[in-house]
Amino acid sequence: MKELFRRTRKSFSSAEISEQAQIPDDLWVKCSACREIIYKKQLYDNLKVCPKCGHHMRMSAHEWLGLLDVGSFSETDVHLLPTDPLGFVTPDESYAVKLKKSQQRTGMADAVIAGVGSINGIVLALGVGDFSFMGASMGSVYGEKMARAAERAAEMNIPLLTINTSGGARQQEGVIALMQMAKVTMALNRLAEAGQPHIAVLVDPCYGGVTASYPSVADIIIAEPGANIGFAGKRLIEQIIRQKLPAGFQTAEFMLEHGMIDLVVPRNELRDVLARLLRHYDRRRQTRSVPASEAPAYANGRP
Amino acid sequence: MEQHELATANQELTAWDRVLRARQPQRPHTLDYVFALCEEFVELHGDRRFGDDPAIVGGLAAFGERTVVVIGHQKGNDTRENMRRNFGMPHPEGYRKALRLMRHAEKFGLPLICFVDTPGANPNKESEERGQANAIAECIQTMTNLRTPIVAAVIGEGGSGGALAISVGDRILMQENAIYSVASPEAAAAILWRDAARAPDAASALKLTAQDLYALEIIDEVVPEPPGGAHLNPQAAITTLGERIQAHLDELCALDLPTLLQRRYAKYRSMGRYQELADVLLRSVKQG
Ligand SMILES: [Zn+2]
Repeated sequence: MKELFRRTRKSFSSAEISEQAQIPDDLWVKCSACREIIYKKQLYDNLKVCPKCGHHMRMSAHEWLGLLDVGSFSETDVHLLPTDPLGFVTPDESYAVKLKKSQQRTGMADAVIAGVGSINGIVLALGVGDFSFMGASMGSVYGEKMARAAERAAEMNIPLLTINTSGGARQQEGVIALMQMAKVTMALNRLAEAGQPHIAVLVDPCYGGVTASYPSVADIIIAEPGANIGFAGKRLIEQIIRQKLPAGFQTAEFMLEHGMIDLVVPRNELRDVLARLLRHYDRRRQTRSVPASEAPAYANGRP
Repeated sequence: MEQHELATANQELTAWDRVLRARQPQRPHTLDYVFALCEEFVELHGDRRFGDDPAIVGGLAAFGERTVVVIGHQKGNDTRENMRRNFGMPHPEGYRKALRLMRHAEKFGLPLICFVDTPGANPNKESEERGQANAIAECIQTMTNLRTPIVAAVIGEGGSGGALAISVGDRILMQENAIYSVASPEAAAAILWRDAARAPDAASALKLTAQDLYALEIIDEVVPEPPGGAHLNPQAAITTLGERIQAHLDELCALDLPTLLQRRYAKYRSMGRYQELADVLLRSVKQG
């Protein structure tokens, strides 16, 4: 585990993630955006944002946990493991084998880590996707963990933060995967009834069934600069319209311009922005003029 | 062939045979069902935000004793009509029209009947600019707790999120030769088999037939079609489906609203297949 947030400056706190390894100072990586060579330590000190061009590199779900207060995270639902409900086999490999390989490579059971933690002392439920596990495609375990995170937040009367990256619904689970879109959205009704917010952060890349379900109806939607976000993949659209899409199509900035998201927030300001938002909802505890029991029960923002 | 032999032959159809039948242009489409099953249909147009999408139709209709709101994807029977209807592939304004009609049903306490028949939501530049993902997500969200009974029937192709957007409900029916899939067999074959021509293999692997999805407990009922498929005897197909929708609506309308919504919650909340291990077992799995 990289010691990603410990040495970061300003708004991100250090995160105490166990079994963190020191990064040797002499390792370097090439930025995929500007092709500059960067010292790995410098890159990690900068939250995996290229110090030369500002490109936001992908983070693992474990690395994202550094967003929380040090030592505040406790993981939940670790017992959920994927199965192969369709007995899905392609010429390359079976879903069962693909799962096993992904599990060995990432050390994760599936593409989501869920749990409870805090940001600046405000407790929240968390669900984070990891693109390195089968493109964070949404199957049964992904859906169940996000749904439980929403229900847990409702039960504990705390906000929900989701960090979303995905290639879409997991094809190897067929329509069962598709139904996870409805399942997570269903569970979010509990959160709405509890009067707690769902804040969704969209990170690169986020497509298909995930974009077209629960994050797009979040109370607050934040995206990282330059993140690719959309419904249909760019290649598919280009094939259909038989022309190249303009630069900047389906980026976070494109989404902001078209009114689909609230904010584009650089990674080194994210913790600060989240803390500020969370304080606004948290402040209601002191200032609520209508007792919670008498407030109208809003579901999905509709009375 | 005898009726019995035909029924047997139907059962032996491959997934790909079903795909071809589901896409048969002469199959009855949403408006065929609405005109045959309902009286006094008034089609309502527009999303009040951008436009009116002919790929989704909807309106008020008398179905049996009840006034209902119907919504459905609309394909054409010929190329010209299909061009106009964009082959039943909605733009965001189509889903936002559906959304408006869903809320209309809720406001006036009218049951909602949805007909699903789309290859998928339209994937183009304009759809992305106008928020296809948001439009679908809002439809799904609205249906999860819409305070009125919802019966959805897949009458042809149920293409991924574009189908789900108008089919979250209390009962999901599928006609015998309808399909419902997370991705089109062609798209899945292109990605997973690296060859779109392997679509028949992908169709079989995706478990997209009504029979498969009933076995997987995703849908509530497989509705029979006349021998050879709905396109060979549309009137019979329409009548049978109409009877089944009526039966389900009768059951749902007898429930009080909290029970209805509670059951809908439980129905979707239980969808998914995963293992949940006890601590002891988990440790042994991780070690071994
Ligand atoms: Zn760079």
